[in-house]
Amino acid sequence: MKSMLIISRQSPWSGPTAREALDIALAGGAFDIPMAILFMDDGVFQLCAGQHAATLQQKDLTANLQALSLFGIDDLYVAQSSLAARAVQPVETLSVKRVSDSEIATLINRYDHTITL
Amino acid sequence: MKFAITVFSPPYSPSSRRALRFCEAALAGSHEIVRLFFYQDGVYNASGAIVTSQDETNLGHEWTRFIESNSLDAVVCIAAALKRGVLDETEARRYQRPGDGVVNVPWALSGLGQLHEAAQQADRFIAFGGS
Repeated sequence: MKSMLIISRQSPWSGPTAREALDIALAGGAFDIPMAILFMDDGVFQLCAGQHAATLQQKDLTANLQALSLFGIDDLYVAQSSLAARAVQPVETLSVKRVSDSEIATLINRYDHTITL
Repeated sequence: MKFAITVFSPPYSPSSRRALRFCEAALAGSHEIVRLFFYQDGVYNASGAIVTSQDETNLGHEWTRFIESNSLDAVVCIAAALKRGVLDETEARRYQRPGDGVVNVPWALSGLGQLHEAAQQADRFIAFGGS
């Protein structure tokens, strides 16, 4: 089976992109396709604790992130430089591996297909 | 070579035009396109309700002609399309919406599984218009 890496670069409040990137991953997981997600740039905000999506009349994405492991998607990565630039940390209940910029290149090479959203 | 193509950008975006030109070049070079998958704002490429001025390209019409004349498999993500008001006649009836924005004929509304199926079949999976 060909594997796929989703690079998720948008904050959860900037429009439908964060959710639609996650939906590609969940759909792939449902078909047992080897999937991974790399959160980078503003995408790292999706991993932050204490979000109040309802104040923006939005649905909270964090529940969908917790569902990833139920769909067999355990390979979650976050760009260390994007976290540092924004001074944020991923929520502790989520197991996300931090990768340096040079490791990102290796990561992209490891997967057959890549989608950046 | 077998290509799977996804388009994330609307028809008035340069990347959608590049996607179509890429597809034309791929077929001209005797390659195969296993499927075109339209996601996010890319679903607007399938809208039958877009009006462009006479001296401008209507990319949706170009896609339709291209898909029909080459008998290609073109899929519009149903969740992304419903959210953006791009319905086919069945969905317009189901949700009791005006049928004016219905998709141009050769496109099928279907799920994200179609994207993954195409990616599995393809040697190269190319996305146009990501962010």
